[in-house]
Amino acid sequence: MNELIEILSDLHPEVDFTTAKDLVTGGILDSFDIVSLISEINEEFDVTISAAELTPENFASAETIYALIKAKLDDED
Amino acid sequence: MLFTSYEFLGFLLVVFIMYYLLPGRAQWSFLLIASYAFYFMADPRYLIFIAITTVSTYLAAKAISDKKQSFDIWFKEHKKEMEKEERKAAKAKEHANEKKIFLCCLLFNLGILAVTKYTNFTISNINSIIGAFGNQGTLSFVDLIIPMGISFYTFQSMGYLIDVYNGKFEAQKNPFKFALFVSFFPQLVQGPISRYADLSQTLFEEHRFDWKTVSFGLERIMWGFFKKLVIADRILVAVQAIIASPDTYNGFYAFAGAMFYALELYADFTGGIDITIGVAETMGIKVTENFRRPYFSKNIKEYWNRWHITMGTWFTDYIFYPISASQFMMKLSKKSRARLGNNLGKRVPVYLSSFIVWFTTGIWHGASWNFIVWGLGNFVVIMISQELEPFYRWFHSKVKVDGTFGWKLFQIIRTVLIMSSLRMFDCYRDVPLTFKMFGSIFTKSSLSQLNADAFISMGLESYDYAVVFIGMLVLVAVSLVQRSGSVREKIAAKAAPVRFIAWYGLFMATLIFGAYGIGYSASQFIYNQF
Amino acid sequence: MKKLLAIILTIFIAVAGLAFATKLLEPKYMSGVLEGAMIEEYYDDPTDHNVVFIGDCELYENVSPVYLWENFGINSYIRGSAQQLIWQSYYLAEETIKKEHPDIIVFNVLSMKYNEPQKEAYNRMTIDGMKWSSSKIGSINASMTEEEHFIDYVFPLLRYHRRWSDLDSDDLTYLGHRDKITFNGYYMRVDVKPAENIPEGKPLADYQFGSNAYTYLDKLTKLCKDNDVQLILVKAPTLYPYWYSQWEEQIVDYAAANDLPYINFLDLQDEMGIDWNEDTYDGGLHLNLAGAEKMSQYFGKVLSEEFKVPDRRGEAELDSYWKLVSDRYNAEIERQNTNLKLYGTVHGPEENQ
Repeated sequence: MNELIEILSDLHPEVDFTTAKDLVTGGILDSFDIVSLISEINEEFDVTISAAELTPENFASAETIYALIKAKLDDED
Repeated sequence: MLFTSYEFLGFLLVVFIMYYLLPGRAQWSFLLIASYAFYFMADPRYLIFIAITTVSTYLAAKAISDKKQSFDIWFKEHKKEMEKEERKAAKAKEHANEKKIFLCCLLFNLGILAVTKYTNFTISNINSIIGAFGNQGTLSFVDLIIPMGISFYTFQSMGYLIDVYNGKFEAQKNPFKFALFVSFFPQLVQGPISRYADLSQTLFEEHRFDWKTVSFGLERIMWGFFKKLVIADRILVAVQAIIASPDTYNGFYAFAGAMFYALELYADFTGGIDITIGVAETMGIKVTENFRRPYFSKNIKEYWNRWHITMGTWFTDYIFYPISASQFMMKLSKKSRARLGNNLGKRVPVYLSSFIVWFTTGIWHGASWNFIVWGLGNFVVIMISQELEPFYRWFHSKVKVDGTFGWKLFQIIRTVLIMSSLRMFDCYRDVPLTFKMFGSIFTKSSLSQLNADAFISMGLESYDYAVVFIGMLVLVAVSLVQRSGSVREKIAAKAAPVRFIAWYGLFMATLIFGAYGIGYSASQFIYNQF
Repeated sequence: MKKLLAIILTIFIAVAGLAFATKLLEPKYMSGVLEGAMIEEYYDDPTDHNVVFIGDCELYENVSPVYLWENFGINSYIRGSAQQLIWQSYYLAEETIKKEHPDIIVFNVLSMKYNEPQKEAYNRMTIDGMKWSSSKIGSINASMTEEEHFIDYVFPLLRYHRRWSDLDSDDLTYLGHRDKITFNGYYMRVDVKPAENIPEGKPLADYQFGSNAYTYLDKLTKLCKDNDVQLILVKAPTLYPYWYSQWEEQIVDYAAANDLPYINFLDLQDEMGIDWNEDTYDGGLHLNLAGAEKMSQYFGKVLSEEFKVPDRRGEAELDSYWKLVSDRYNAEIERQNTNLKLYGTVHGPEENQ
């Protein structure tokens, strides 16, 4: 989780990602951020997130993003 | 059938009355018939194209959906018997099967779009290459019909196919319901590009006559006609005059032309969408909004989130994300990070994906180099502003202007100026001329060009400009009010005489000051051809 | 109850507003181009005419009903309009017969040369003034050019809304009424512009009148026969537009085949005493007052003697009606002559010609 928050803070230092909700609908993360994010996640956690999973719901908060990563990791075990 | 023709209004009236006279169960079927009738009246040959897209997409989506379902059942039953590796293999095999169907349908439909829209563009490019080698252009152009709205309904259908393929929702089982989704007549000609998940919510429902819904729909239609007839079709005359004589109208006039075009395009396109959404609304159907006061955007990225929204999100969801999340991009990202360092390397995939998206967006708008350069121009501007972000952050930490009215105004004006400059590609004959005219703004503008006679010679009288100007003020005022919620709701809350004056005034203003009827060539909605 | 009242009031205001806008914006034709006001004038006058002339400027500028009344006691009216096409003449004839059943209808054959709808503006000038009837609907449908729509005739605001930028004091003055601009359909000009260098007709590719024109001539003939109205075909004596001998032959043949009288006044110039240095105001296209009265003298004689049109002078009602027309007629002669002396043109300085 901490690694993820770090990645997010790199993108937007001005946002507190531990509390922020509605990251996509609230306009904090735009499509560029999301694409940068998934490549960072790929780098950091070695999971591939597919285009179909790039929904506002999955990227609503740090928690939902982490849940997505975790589900991916579990799936691979 | 133009939105601004008596035929369309007559057609609407008949459809509207029938729609509410019919029993609710029959309403959506009737809309399908009406939509096909609408398309048939434009050109009977178009029907073949839309029917092919409808049938192929319906079948492919249904096949994929059925396969998914039966696989899920089978998988649940046999899950426990299998090893992890076996399970993975089974899933991969299923996925590959679905992918075959998906790709066949996708390529087939995009192929139709490509052939009808881009064959002659390709031929002309081949000819100029041949010409460059000293031969005469040898290939002759093909006389192809471009079905009305093909770009819109193809994109809408493919969005649906991709969503089904990704398992977002099950395929529509009823082929006729799906046919209505593809052909729904108010949005057939110029969008918006609806998502199945949105439009299907209200499209197939039964709708009882509800006075508030209907009157709100009619108000929206009237507002659309006001924008289209009073503003867009009037200023159009000057725009065309300026574009037609680049030798006469350069320098400041080219700038004025770009500004007039910004106004015309906005009034025309948003007016057309207002009519579309309003027509759907009178029948209780909710069509997604396509604009959110785009000219109040603070930067180009925001502008593209607020202008032609359904197209922007389509390109983001179905092109930008799939490309940038693809295996290839992930690998490229790793490689470029290794080679170029983290900071620069991570940019490569985003930039490459953006480049592809903007190239596609450009060519989607029209089969010409003008649109391609226009699309890439947007790409360049967006990348520059992306790169300037650290600078802005630094700037704002030093100079406290962020959030002030003056700074916002500066941002808004900057955005409008940049977008209007890019749109000059949309106006002039070819790319070199566009650059020349853009350059002339800086080299040939002079105060002597600022004379009323020159503007009168563009085919509009001073009172025409006055009407356009007042119309523009109304647009701005409405947009400002709209920031705090629906203008129609606000008017509806007022006393009866106020409501009457507002709507009757709008109606009479359109009727009297609209640039329609004999003497005005019925200009097509600008987005028709796309 | 209160709600119902509010709805009725709303509808009333809305309709009244539209009606007012229509009245305000429709062209008044009270100065400059007067021809657009002619058709409408007919409905105000007493009917019961013995002779009704139907056709284009070759009638309404060349025949004077006032002269016919004063000298022969012929009670007549000209239902003329600029570039009146034959289907428009037919529907005017249909309406006239329904309304008053004249003894004689005189039709000028020049319009046989047009087989298709011509100009939207002329259509409007002929049709807008008609009262709504099946004849008007027929005339609209027969006349519309491709750019026109029926609904533009039903709601003239759709056609004339663009006049908002041309509004002037006339539009307010004539919001509810019109002045008379003709004398039982006659459009008067007293000035003189001699006919010189009248061009010969250019050779045409095809001299055959169109089938559509013939269809309406047939319909006109049948309409008159069925209603026991004597139809007289005429060709006005004016020199231009050129009247080809091939056209003449076709009309002569048609008249003979259908047992219709046909008078070509071009051949009777000497008998009438038309002097092209004196009797035209625009170099031979149209006759002026002097010319029109000469033609009326000749034609009146023919109508009285050959067609036995009764002399109705002495009928009190008609006498008093014609007295009014005649007074206006003389006043107009006076006005035009004065203007001519003062300004060199029949139009006063206030008229924007």
